[in-house]
Amino acid sequence: MEALLFERDTILAAFWMTVRLTAVSALGSLVLGTLLAAMRVAPLTTLRGAANVYVTVARNTPLTLVLLFTGLGIGANLGLTLSDDLATNNFWLACIGLTAYTAAFVCEALRSGLNTVPVGQAEAARSLGLGFVKTLALITLPQAFRAVVAPLGSIMIALTKNTTIALVVGVSEASVRMREMIETYGDQVIEIFLGFAAGFVLLCLPMGLLFGWLSRRMAVSR
Amino acid sequence: MSYSNLYERPGPRGILRNRVLAAAVAVVLLALAYLVYVRFDEKEQWAAAKWTPLLRADVWSTFILPGLAGTLGAAVTGVVLAGLFGLAFGTARMSEHRWIRVPAATVVEFFRSVPLLLLIFFAFFGSYAVLGVNISAFTAVVFGLTLYNGSVIAEIVRAGVLSLPRGQSEAAYAMGMRKGQVMRLVLLPQAIKAMLPALVSQFIVLLKDSALGLIVGYDELVDRGLNGIAANFSNVIPAAILIAGIFILINLSLDRLAHRLGRR
Repeated sequence: MEALLFERDTILAAFWMTVRLTAVSALGSLVLGTLLAAMRVAPLTTLRGAANVYVTVARNTPLTLVLLFTGLGIGANLGLTLSDDLATNNFWLACIGLTAYTAAFVCEALRSGLNTVPVGQAEAARSLGLGFVKTLALITLPQAFRAVVAPLGSIMIALTKNTTIALVVGVSEASVRMREMIETYGDQVIEIFLGFAAGFVLLCLPMGLLFGWLSRRMAVSR
Repeated sequence: MSYSNLYERPGPRGILRNRVLAAAVAVVLLALAYLVYVRFDEKEQWAAAKWTPLLRADVWSTFILPGLAGTLGAAVTGVVLAGLFGLAFGTARMSEHRWIRVPAATVVEFFRSVPLLLLIFFAFFGSYAVLGVNISAFTAVVFGLTLYNGSVIAEIVRAGVLSLPRGQSEAAYAMGMRKGQVMRLVLLPQAIKAMLPALVSQFIVLLKDSALGLIVGYDELVDRGLNGIAANFSNVIPAAILIAGIFILINLSLDRLAHRLGRR
């Protein structure tokens, strides 16, 4: 217990990194995922095909491999630098990897949300003269979003836990700190593990409650 | 087409316009691919020395096949143990006794909300301090996979049993069965049949998660590919593409299996 208290500043700093990774990747994957979902229902075969291939690849590849590919492949081998500062560069590379992976799941959730929107909604929009893009952006996607708030919440909670894997890109977030502390304070291993686990519970529990509340509030009554 | 409700069935002009736009998109995609190609070229990623090792039999026999065996070994051990864990805790959570139900629910909720990597780290780096022995990377990975996925499977089992019509257990009780018999002979067999697609999907998750073993030095596919092949031939990108391809192939076949089981 003393170790956790003594190191509370470094632990908080590590969790702050976890929060930042989560926030940036959540935002990125929501945007990219929405775009992919729109592509997957578009009338253009090439657009649909490209999104299909992307989602299949991203969903079926282990996140560890995705992150190693962004870090070693895109970062080191292809020389993509996003910042001169190594730590900042690694942070952004990790965000790219997490976003690329999570967006595929956001896309799948939204696509199943689109299935819950009754045909009449799109038909009514079309009879008002709206084209494909407007029907999607103004009528069906907003309703799809409201239908999948709860699954999106699960995806975001999974993302929070997945940020631990960013350590393979060299980002020192919570899991790195926990490993270091286990090695330094060998006599307090269980406390350290429970402390870090509690940290993740504290992050994920409010998210779960928030998304649960939102999904009830935003549900479309039919 | 399932989403055709989003747009009118195009007429002759619409079809033409869609074809033109589709071609335009194809051009943009090809341009993007070309940019990637040029970047690869600049960094000499197309060098034959980086790609040809992937075709060599000795590379497959030293790295890829042992790696695949490691991945499948951890995943299959993990899924068997996680299945048993899930069955035990899923049914325990539906117990009539509060002193069984509450602890089971706590365990399930706890392991579901802790990142898998923390569980693996705890087992691998903490085992000496807690148990007095160092456990192998394999054991640590299987420990994490079992507890995390077992908790998810426990929830799948519970949902499967709860989704059965009440008449099933009522009829079983009416025939004079005891609680254990009702669960074992009537509810679980039906629930497991209904859960099979979800279980296969969870196996895909578990298989992908087994790649975390690389972080504690377990010899699985991603490790053998990126730390084995790429260390010898400095070909991170080709190796990563090959490994990703193998994972995608396995997962897509499992996915198809899940669909087929779902239709039955």
